[in-house]
Amino acid sequence: MELQIIWFFLWGLLWALFFITDGFDFGIGTLLPFLGKTNNEKRTMLNTLGPLWDGNEVWLITAGGVTFAAFPLVYAVMFSSLYSALMLILFALIFRGVAIEFRNKVEHPEWRFLWDAMVFLGSAAPAILFGVVFANIFKGIPFDGDLIYRGTLFSLFNFYGVLGGLLFLLLFLVHGSVWLAFKTTGALHERSVKAAKRLWPVLLVVAAGFLIASAYETSLYDNYKANPVLFVFVLAAVAALIATRLFISKRSYFKAWVASAVSIAGCTFFGVIGLFPNLFPSSVSPEHSLTAYNASSSPLTLKIMLIVTIILIPIVICYQGWAYKLFSDKEPDAETMPDAHY
Amino acid sequence: MDVVLLSRLQFAAATMFHFLFVPLTLGLSIMVAWMETQYVRTGDKTWLSMTKFWGKIFLINFALGVVTGITLEFQFGTNWSRYSAFVGDIFGSLLAIEATAAFFLESTLIGVWVFGWKKLSAKAHAIVMWLIAGASTLSAVWILAANAWMQHPVGYTIRDGRAELTNFFEILFQKFAILEFFHTVSASYILSAFVVMGISAYFLLHKRHVDFFTRSFKIALAFGLVFSFFEFVEGHIHGADLADKQPAKLAAMDAHWETSTRAPVYLFAIPDEKNERNFIEIGEMPGMLSLLAYHDFDAEVRGLKDFPREERPPVLITSLAFKGMVGLGVYFCCITVIGFFLRNRLTESPLFLKVMLFSIPLPYIAVELGWVLAEVGRQPWIVYGLMKTSDAVSPISTSQVGVSLISFVLVYGFLGLVGLYLVVKHVARGPEPA
Ligand code: HDD
Ligand code: HEM
Ligand code: HEM
Repeated sequence: MELQIIWFFLWGLLWALFFITDGFDFGIGTLLPFLGKTNNEKRTMLNTLGPLWDGNEVWLITAGGVTFAAFPLVYAVMFSSLYSALMLILFALIFRGVAIEFRNKVEHPEWRFLWDAMVFLGSAAPAILFGVVFANIFKGIPFDGDLIYRGTLFSLFNFYGVLGGLLFLLLFLVHGSVWLAFKTTGALHERSVKAAKRLWPVLLVVAAGFLIASAYETSLYDNYKANPVLFVFVLAAVAALIATRLFISKRSYFKAWVASAVSIAGCTFFGVIGLFPNLFPSSVSPEHSLTAYNASSSPLTLKIMLIVTIILIPIVICYQGWAYKLFSDKEPDAETMPDAHY
Repeated sequence: MDVVLLSRLQFAAATMFHFLFVPLTLGLSIMVAWMETQYVRTGDKTWLSMTKFWGKIFLINFALGVVTGITLEFQFGTNWSRYSAFVGDIFGSLLAIEATAAFFLESTLIGVWVFGWKKLSAKAHAIVMWLIAGASTLSAVWILAANAWMQHPVGYTIRDGRAELTNFFEILFQKFAILEFFHTVSASYILSAFVVMGISAYFLLHKRHVDFFTRSFKIALAFGLVFSFFEFVEGHIHGADLADKQPAKLAAMDAHWETSTRAPVYLFAIPDEKNERNFIEIGEMPGMLSLLAYHDFDAEVRGLKDFPREERPPVLITSLAFKGMVGLGVYFCCITVIGFFLRNRLTESPLFLKVMLFSIPLPYIAVELGWVLAEVGRQPWIVYGLMKTSDAVSPISTSQVGVSLISFVLVYGFLGLVGLYLVVKHVARGPEPA
C-alpha cells in the first residue's frame, strides 16, 4: 500500500532532518574543549547554537512521535530493545540542554567548568550512540518472534556498530566546525577552519570503510543491486562530502555547511533505502523483522498523519528557516557584547 | 520488586517532575507577554524590567520543562511497549501532532525571544512571547486529549488485538478531554499566580521596588482570583463526570464503600482497605456525594464493594489526594478574596504578605495531588476498561529499569536543586532597571 511506503521514507526524512539540524550542535559541543581556548571563545561557540539548538532537538521528538504514530510496533520494540542505549542518550541530552542554558547564569570558573564538561559529554555521547544504534539496525537486531530482545547494551558495540558511531561523530564534527567557521571571526574562526580541514580526511576514510563494511556486515546492498539506479544516492552522498571540502577551500563556509548537511542526509538515506521495507530487522530470523507493512498503523491514522505533516512540516521549515536567517550573521566576540543574552 | 512496579515508579517520578515546570510555563508565559505588551503600548520602562525579571524565571523553568519532557516522549516505548503497540494508532498520533504543531513553535521561538532583543522590533518581540504562550497551551491540548483518551477511550475499535482509530474528532473534543484541559490549564494559572504573588510579597515585605512588585502582585492576583473560583466550579463538573465514566474512582475519592442513596461526603476519612470500611470518619455531610455526582440528594452512588477487589484503585492514596487538592482549592479561593480586599494597602499588611510568601509551594502540592488522583485512581487500568497496567509493561529486565529509575531520581534531584538555586539567586538580586 502506498501510504506505508510514503511513511517509510518520511520516517527516514525526519531522522535525516534531526541529524542535519542537531548534528552541528553535537559537533560544536564536542569541539568546545578543543577549540574554545578562553571563556569568551567558549561562550561565543555556544552562542552560535544558542538560539537554535532547542528547535533542532524537536526534530528528534518528532521523529520519535512519528515512529509511534505511523509504526507503533516499531516504536514499542525499538525503544524497549534499545532501552539502555536510549536512556543514555536521553540523559546526555538532558545534561546538554541544561548546560547550554545554565552555563552563563553564574560567574564562577568551577560552575562553568562543570557545565562545559556536560556540554561536551552531552554532545559526544549522543553523536556516537546514535551512530552505534543505527548501524546495528542496519545490521539487524537480535530479537525473537515474541519481540523480546536477546542482546545487551554491550552487544551493540560490535565492530560495525562502533564504526557507525565513529562515522556519525565525524560527520557531526565536520558539520559543526564548518558552522563555526561560518559564524565566527578571528582566532576562533581560523581554528575552526583548521579543525574542519583536519577532520575531513579522517571522515572520508571512515565513510569509505563504512560503505565497504556494509557489504559484509549487512544486506543493505540487496536493494541497490536489484535496482542499480539507487546508487545515485550513494554517489550524491560522496559528492556532497567532496563538495564540503571544496567549499572550505573556497572559503564559502555556508555552502560547505549545506554540502555537509547533504552528506549527512545521504548517509541516512543510504541506510534507509537499503533497509526498505524493513524498519527494524531481526537478526534472529528475517520473518520476525518489523516492516513498513506489518508494523504500520491503520490506514485512517496514516492518512490523518499525512495530512497533518504535509501541512505542518513545510510551515515548520519556513519559520525555522526564518530563525536561522535571523541568526546567520557573524557572532560578535562575547567580550565586546553586552550581556543581553540571558 | 518487579518490572511493573519499577516502571510505574519511574513513570510517576518522571511525569510528576515534568509537571513541576509545566504549569509555570503555561501561566507565566501569558503574564510575561502581557507585561511586554504594556511596555510596547506605553513605553514605560518599568514594564520592560518586569518583562525581563519575570522572563528570566520563566526561562530557567522552561529549560527544565523541555529537558524533562523529552524523556517522557520516549518512555511509552521504553517501559510500556505492549501499551504502545496496543494504542499507538491513536495515542501516538496525538503525541506526534503535539510535537509538530506545538513543540516546534515554542522551542524555535524561545531562542528568537532570548537572542532577538536587538534583532526584532519591540512589537515583534512581544508577539513572539504571545506565540510561545499560545504554542504551550496548544501542546497541553494534545497531551491532555491523549491522557483523557486513556481515562475514557472513545472513537476507536478493537481490531487485530489493538485499538484502531475510527473518529479523530471525537477523541479530540470529548467531554473528558475538554474538562481535563480546562482543569489543568486553570490549575497552571493558579500556580503561576501564586508564584508571582509570593515572590512579590517578599519584596513588598522588605519595601524594595514597591511600584514594580505592587504591579506584579496585582496582575497575578487578578489571575489567581478568577481561576481559583473557576477551578472550584469546573472541578465539580469534572468530578460529576466521573460518576458515569469512572465510578470506581469516584467511590475511592470519597472512600465510599457501600452502594447507597443519600451518599455522604466526609471532610476527612481514613479508609481501611483490608476490612472494606473506614477507620476514621469525620464531618459527615449526608447526601453531598449524591448531590455532587448526580445533582440530587437522594441519588444512588455505587460503593467500592460493588467492584471486584482487583478492579479497585488504591483507596487511601486516591482519597487523600482528592481531599488535599480540594482543601487547597478552597484555601486558594479564600486567600485570593482576602487579597482582593487588601490590594490597595499591600505594604501595610505584612501578615498577609508573609502568608503569600509561604503559600508558594501549596499550588505545586495541589497539582501533583491532582495528577495522583487522576492516575492512581484509574488503576488497575492503563486504558480504562481496555487494558490493565500490568499487561502494558515492556519485556525488559528488572535490573535495567532499576538502574534507570535510580538515575532518574539522582539526575532529577540534582536538576531540581540547581533550578531552585538559580531562581532563588536571581530573585535575591532583584530586578534591574531596564
Ligand atoms: C498540561 C500540560 C502538559 C502535560 C500534561 C505534559 N506536558 Fe510536556 N510540556 C508541556 C505541557 C505538558 C509544555 C508547557 O509545552 C512544556 C513544559 C515546559 C516547556 O518548556 O514546554 C512541555 C515540554 C515537553 C517536551 C519538550 C518539548 C520542547 O522541546 O519544546 C516534551 C517532549 C514533552 N513535554 C512531552 C510530554 C509527554 C510525553 C507528556 C505525558 C506524559 C507530557 N509532556 C506531559
Ligand atoms: C504531567 C502530569 C502527569 C502526572 C504528574 C502523572 C502522574 C502519574 C502517576 C503518579 C502515575 C503512577 C500511577 C500508578 O502507577 O499508580 C502515572 C502513571 C502513568 N501515566 Fe500519568 N501523569 C501525568 C500525565 C500523564 C499523561 C499526560 C499521560 C498520557 C498522555 C500519562 C500516562 C501515564 C502512563 C502511561 C502511566 C503508567 C501506567 C500506570 O501506572 O498507570 N500521564 N502518572
Ligand atoms: C476546588 C475544588 C476542586 C475539585 C472539585 C477538583 C476536582 C478534580 C477531579 C474530580 C479530578 C480528577 C479527574 C480525573 O480523574 O481525571 C481532578 C484532577 C486534577 N486536579 Fe482538581 N479539583 C479541584 C481543585 C484543584 C486545584 C486547586 C488544583 C491545582 C491548583 C487542581 C489540580 C488538578 C490536577 C492537575 C488534576 C489532574 C488533571 C485532570 O485530571 O484534570 N485541582 N480535580
